[in-house]
Amino acid sequence: MAALERAVIVGAGLAGLRGAEALREAGFSGSLTIVGAEPHFPYDRPPLSKHVLAGAIPAESTALPHGLDADVDWQLGTPAAGLDRRAGTVRLADGRALPYDRLLIATGTRARPWPNPHEGRLAGVFTLRGRDDAAALRRALAAGPRRVLVIGGGFIGCEVASLCRKLDLPVTLVDPGPTPLARVLGRTIGAFIGAIHAGHGVDLRCGTEIEWLEGAGGRLVRAHCVGGGRIEADIAVVALGAVRNTEWLDGAGLSVDPGGVDCDGAGHVLDAEGQSDPQIAAAGDVARFPHPLYDGRRVALEHWSHAVAQAAHAGRLLAGAPPDAAYGAMPTFWSTQGDLVVKSAGLTQGADAVVIAQGNPATGRFIALYGRAGRCIAAVSVDSARWLPAHAELVAAGAPFPPAGAATDRPKGVAILDPGFS
Amino acid sequence: MPDSSLLDQVKDFANRPNPYPVYAKLRQNPVSRQDDGTAEGTWVAATHGTIARLLQDPRVSSDTLPPADRPRTGNPLTDLIVKPLKDWMMDRHRVFIFRDPPDHDALRSAVMHQFSCARVQAMRARSDALVTDLLEEKREAREIDAVDDLAYPLPVTVICELFGVPREDEPKFHGWATQLATALEPDSLSNTEIRAKNSRTFDAIGGYMGDLIREKRRHPRDDMLSGLANHATPAGVKMGDYDLIATSILMLVAGHETTVNLITNGLLTLLRHPDELERLRQDPTRAPRLIEELLRYEPPVQFRTRRTLSAIDIAGVTVPEGADLVLLLAAGNRDESVFPDPDRFDPDRTGTRHLGFGGSLHYCVGAPLARFEAEAALTALARRLKAPRLIADPPPYRQGAALRGPEHLRVAIDGIA
Ligand SMILES: Cc1cc2nc3c(=O)[nH]c(=O)nc-3n(C[C@H](O)[C@H](O)[C@H](O)COP(=O)(O)OP(=O)(O)OC[C@H]3O[C@@H](n4cnc5c(N)ncnc54)[C@H](O)[C@@H]3O)c2cc1C
Ligand code: HEM
Repeated sequence: MAALERAVIVGAGLAGLRGAEALREAGFSGSLTIVGAEPHFPYDRPPLSKHVLAGAIPAESTALPHGLDADVDWQLGTPAAGLDRRAGTVRLADGRALPYDRLLIATGTRARPWPNPHEGRLAGVFTLRGRDDAAALRRALAAGPRRVLVIGGGFIGCEVASLCRKLDLPVTLVDPGPTPLARVLGRTIGAFIGAIHAGHGVDLRCGTEIEWLEGAGGRLVRAHCVGGGRIEADIAVVALGAVRNTEWLDGAGLSVDPGGVDCDGAGHVLDAEGQSDPQIAAAGDVARFPHPLYDGRRVALEHWSHAVAQAAHAGRLLAGAPPDAAYGAMPTFWSTQGDLVVKSAGLTQGADAVVIAQGNPATGRFIALYGRAGRCIAAVSVDSARWLPAHAELVAAGAPFPPAGAATDRPKGVAILDPGFS
Repeated sequence: MPDSSLLDQVKDFANRPNPYPVYAKLRQNPVSRQDDGTAEGTWVAATHGTIARLLQDPRVSSDTLPPADRPRTGNPLTDLIVKPLKDWMMDRHRVFIFRDPPDHDALRSAVMHQFSCARVQAMRARSDALVTDLLEEKREAREIDAVDDLAYPLPVTVICELFGVPREDEPKFHGWATQLATALEPDSLSNTEIRAKNSRTFDAIGGYMGDLIREKRRHPRDDMLSGLANHATPAGVKMGDYDLIATSILMLVAGHETTVNLITNGLLTLLRHPDELERLRQDPTRAPRLIEELLRYEPPVQFRTRRTLSAIDIAGVTVPEGADLVLLLAAGNRDESVFPDPDRFDPDRTGTRHLGFGGSLHYCVGAPLARFEAEAALTALARRLKAPRLIADPPPYRQGAALRGPEHLRVAIDGIA
């Protein structure tokens, strides 16, 4: 491989870092530039909504350890603003153009902001994606607010709400859906998890939508619900999901939309005609790829372990060491909600049935196994992670659903439930 | 006559001093069916990967005990009324090493809740003192038996003090522990004579513990039994009397012969590797890594048994439902794909994930105790025995194949420093 080649990585997050390491490990010896919008070296996000908010570690302690030597050109605090594939350059916001021979797109996502920008700027209104967000929110929680309002019952919303209870703060969680986590886990399992949080004192308001946030003197004082009703709160955490950072790719001629950058099975990005660009790969939250476990359906995953595995794969790919198999690691995810640990393997989307394979939702510890057309497609453990690997194997093998036979702590004759995806 | 199965060879007493070549043969098929005369056969997992995997498979059950069946006495009142009742009680209040979730988890959580760091640390200091006392008694000797003189008494005293058994009653426990040492040996379950003896011992110790628990309720002290008898866990688990009696007996039994074996296997291995003995003597801080390597190299619990609740596909075979399963921990510990040069005793290995304490939900509760008891004993032996020499190598072994260890370990010495 020519030593003069230039690799550029856009996005100094988890996927960018792991991709850079893999590139070097696979023998790439050319120049390596990592471009990051934030002024920080790569850091880890999962602790932000857990240990950092709890005050157990400061936000600055989340830096990711890495195995890169000094021979890396870090361009931090300067976002990429454009991509010119014909010229082979990445344009930075400060106007400079970085030429590349290989490019890794790893720009991840950002928090979806509160739709009304004026209300979103009120003091006391937060989103949570980056290190600085977490530090600010931690300060606000430590100051002992009257009540915290969490808007959105996804994973991050549930994590923040349950953490507030651990800090003994009054908290209200609103979600327009019928239960928390309904979009990812379905209403049935969402209701079980919601009940656990309610049992710990989270004021859970499902089927409720916030219409507007009221401020006084520039500070949040309360939230107004659609159809009347208000919630007095001096802190609101907007947890409405993520938006993919793809705007900088506008006009680059790639197959890109707000749902992500499309890749082929190997990990190379696709252009608008659907052709692979062998010089460019994408990885992490921003990438959308056909998953072999799910009949090649295109998925975009916002999972830590996926960012790591896919970036390693993409790094090798760009270094010219193409792996023998299409990228298709089993998606896995975890979320720590207060003392509750939720883990999953596989993808629940499209499930037509779910069973409680072990344990009992009433005790707060159980395994839910999701099926689609008679095959196991995903398993979710709630405070019983030790059983997850065995169920993940069923998912990987596409084993028949519902699972046959007995298991420890499994009721005789498991009931087949509607997972409740709408 | 057909070859004896490899599992028979594991159990064959002739292989007790060195079962590892048989384990190596078993590892050639990660999970294999061994003939035991039944239709299902006994299935043996012998590689690190398959054992670790099966330890956390929900289709694998620890509920392997046959229903309680206490010996008949010939007295019709006892046999027709008392016996069925007692059998029923015993089945309902099994020790949690033989139970599955959710009951297992609840009972175990109660124990873990009482196993506070401070309590464990206090026992650590005590075991150093106990070892000193035991060696003091042998001051003038020119020969010691590491089993009788040190390894056997130590764990019983530690568990008694942890539980708050009055000192004057401790001798009883030494007797009971000796008898019950066989209770975890799988073959003892099918031996009616041993079962009968054990059930009499269970009655004696159960009666004693019942009284002691009542005493701890009336006059709570700062010991583990008082804690278990009087306090619930944060999740609200509090054991009833029968579970508490069963659990106390479990702690005594599970922590006795295992720890004895660790100490004696440890001394034996050190005497076979004099350079390591010398290094430990010079530098007692080597003890922790030495003990981890011992738990890999000569694990006191060589295997555990399980039963399958439904069929399991693993490593290219299907273990049928209802099969007996042997998890050959000691074979997994010599798996060359995880431990390079596995038959070498090397305390400087890094990142070893030995299976000496099992794994997953039944992972040894007493691991911290076992570790520092062994540390206290082995560092003291290394430091104080003058010119120790093995009198017999291999030493005589006890019957057990699962809980495997020397029956005696006689060592000639020039004195105790
Ligand atoms: C609070 C929180 C908690 C989480 N908890 C969990 C969890 O418990 N379990 C789990 O599996 N996952 C969790 N996740 C998700 C996980 O952190 C992500 O999947 C992972 O960070 C994805 O890595 P990434 O590199 O693709 O994206 P990111 O980590 O978002 O990195 C992308 C980087 O690119 C930068 N960037 C964006 N645009 C540009 C541009 N134009 N030019 C240059 N740089 C740019 C960004 O500043 C960012 O640093 C959590 C996420 C958050 C925010
Ligand atoms: C060197 C000493 C020891 C060794 C090698 C050892 C080994 C083991 C192993 C392998 C298991 C797993 C059993 C299974 O999976 O079926 C286990 C469980 C257990 N051990 Fe130990 N043990 C030792 C000392 C102790 C001590 C000192 C105690 C108590 C004070 C103890 C108490 C227990 C208990 C209660 C269990 C059952 C745990 C459960 O079922 O959840 N052990 N031990």
